[in-house]
Amino acid sequence: MSETTTEREVMDYDVIIVGAGPAGLACSIHLKQLKPDLMVAVIEKSAEIGAHILSGAVIEPEPLDELLPGWRDNPPPICIPVESDEISLLTPTSRFRLPTPPQQKNHGNLVVSLGALCAWLAPQAEALGVDIFPGYAASGIYFADEGSVAGVIIGDMGVDKQGTPKDTYMQGIEIHAPLTVLAEGCRGHLSKQLISKFKLDANSDPQAYGIGIKELWRVEAGKCKPGLVQHSIGWPLDKNTYGGSFIYHMDKDRVAVGFVCALDYADPDFSPFEAFQQFKHHPSVKPLFEGGEILSSGARTIIEGGAQSLPTTEMPGALLIGDAAGLLNLPKIKGTHQAIRSGMLAASHIAETGNGAGFDKLLRASPIMQELHKVRNIRPGFNKGLWRGLITAGIETITAGKLPRTLHNHADYSATKKLNDFSGVDRHWVERDLAPRDRLASVYFAGTEHDEDQPVHLQILEPDVCTTRCSKEYNNPCTKFCPASVYEMVEDGSARHLQINAANCVHCKTCDIKDPYQIINWVTPEGGSGPNYQNL
Amino acid sequence: MKIMVGIKRVVDYNVRIRVKSDGSGIDTDGVKMSINPFDEIALEQALRIREAGQAEEVIVITVGGSECQQQLRTGLAMGADRAIQVDADNSLQPLTVARTFLKLVEKEQPGLVILGKQAIDGDNSQTGQMLAALWGRPQATFASGLELSGDTATVIREVDAGLETIEIDLPAVVTVDLRLNEPRFVKLPDIMKAKRKPLEVISLDDLGVTAQNDLQVSHYAPPAVREKGIMVEDTAQLVAELKNRGLV
Repeated sequence: MSETTTEREVMDYDVIIVGAGPAGLACSIHLKQLKPDLMVAVIEKSAEIGAHILSGAVIEPEPLDELLPGWRDNPPPICIPVESDEISLLTPTSRFRLPTPPQQKNHGNLVVSLGALCAWLAPQAEALGVDIFPGYAASGIYFADEGSVAGVIIGDMGVDKQGTPKDTYMQGIEIHAPLTVLAEGCRGHLSKQLISKFKLDANSDPQAYGIGIKELWRVEAGKCKPGLVQHSIGWPLDKNTYGGSFIYHMDKDRVAVGFVCALDYADPDFSPFEAFQQFKHHPSVKPLFEGGEILSSGARTIIEGGAQSLPTTEMPGALLIGDAAGLLNLPKIKGTHQAIRSGMLAASHIAETGNGAGFDKLLRASPIMQELHKVRNIRPGFNKGLWRGLITAGIETITAGKLPRTLHNHADYSATKKLNDFSGVDRHWVERDLAPRDRLASVYFAGTEHDEDQPVHLQILEPDVCTTRCSKEYNNPCTKFCPASVYEMVEDGSARHLQINAANCVHCKTCDIKDPYQIINWVTPEGGSGPNYQNL
Repeated sequence: MKIMVGIKRVVDYNVRIRVKSDGSGIDTDGVKMSINPFDEIALEQALRIREAGQAEEVIVITVGGSECQQQLRTGLAMGADRAIQVDADNSLQPLTVARTFLKLVEKEQPGLVILGKQAIDGDNSQTGQMLAALWGRPQATFASGLELSGDTATVIREVDAGLETIEIDLPAVVTVDLRLNEPRFVKLPDIMKAKRKPLEVISLDDLGVTAQNDLQVSHYAPPAVREKGIMVEDTAQLVAELKNRGLV
């Protein structure tokens, strides 16, 4: 984007929080509860609060009890107590019930829409005096002269594809604050820059990720059993790919269905989106959706690295909380409680000390970290395949993670095998007829919208690699792993080039993570762009 | 001169709307709501007229529940000077809305009322025309160009045959089309300023308007789902299939 010479307008706050998810909103609420005079702002790239939030979601409610005692008298719009848990192993044609592991016992937990929950939290934060700005993307960090973080820069709006200002051009402002709290969620683009700049990951394993794809359905009357929580492992994934499905039965005949797949899969031609659609066609699953109607869909990466991949969560002038730090508990498949707790912990630390120094130590000594430490070996245990992973998970669960060993995570992109090194697997995939027909149809249900005339927000750092090395070595996996068909190889005459359909992007960040050459850089598009998720 | 701009809270144009399963209306649960896009264009034009020095004040008005204040605040953040919410049920029909607007017009005495040509929810395109008739003043609908000079306005209208240019006396009602302008982005500090701008709430009763819903909606239904197509090998099969289904 062109450098502008005019000075940017500035707004000053005591604390600026990037991201209005559960971590950021909890942090803002708790800050104002403890210090009502603090000036707190939350900046959010989605046009509406909750519109970029996607999660299962079954949540542990205790942190909400701490944050907002009495919230149960005024619950979020979708909030159904879990009635029963099921976990099954799928083969292409059968389903076997497994004993429910203790991490996945959900008695007392709630099925919610995290998007709706955030939209419900936001006005409560505003009532306490927090300024929440949806529709504005924090596109850059504002650094103080000595190099510490001193706020954020809001992206310019009204810039055309070539980067020149349009008639509607509006320069983004700077928001200055002594403390910036990054609550961007998994693979936040500012968090990524700062982790690299301040070498926050110098003493941790590479971060590990998964992709979660989710749909909300209205099923035929009588099929929905409110409060039923179902998970599966096995088919349609091969035994070397870690992941599984979830089906959460809500109210009003609504059922959330989704599929999570670790991004360290080896097959360069693998499509997580297709795996999800295949799962819906399993003979034990399909009848639930037949005759039903898809309401919305979307995708988001999940941070899976846990304790050993957790970067240092503080730096001069800024803190990382929630999934931006990487606090999700994978064996529980839950991160919301950790996000809320870390937001509150950051808030009480800031209120007490007036700055962020010492937060990392505090976090590591807190129950948040103890919870992650207990389960640290479960995800890497699956690096050796499903069966050995299940055995490791069993041992680690029985010993509560007390064995004196820590298995290590590897970078997901490095696990992708080259075409020549990967022998195809027969996935027993079937012909599909449930909606959505393909990824483009799915994007339609995500309600995603970007002005086409703006700079492409998916930056390819070395475009030549796509048509030369990547085509040959990996067959352009971006065209398969992207759940929104953003990447397309297009023939033009004798040559091929990579076409980026940026307007389809649902902001999941898979490309930024899984691209084998690490040359895709996800940056924020114009504020307010992106998916418009409803109740995801 | 004052300019009055009507703003309606509607389901955002990007949202895929769904009919409630009982056919009683549209499902707005968890759905993004926005300013009706045509109203946003109307407001943009009013602001440009004020910025050109041809008006002193821009007032945004709406008729609806307290949730509509969100859209009025957005209007204030765009640059309107003050806002009026006439507190009422959201399902009022155009004639009642026009009567309500008339009361506000009598109270505020604007030189110009700019409205969207229609709201994207009901697609009625009636409020502006009804207001002009009740007020007994000229109307120019579907404007894609608007210039003021003294006591008159020159309006370019999009009509079937092309563009029509008309001149009307002020005060008048102008309803605007899509191509009139491109609304500005809201500046972040202006959102804060908007919180301090005056927003007056008046009840329908205070204005002496009685809600009158003459139209009864029997039910809503989604469009019929298109049947899945089949691929045919050749023309012979096509003809055979058509005959089979009794279509030829």
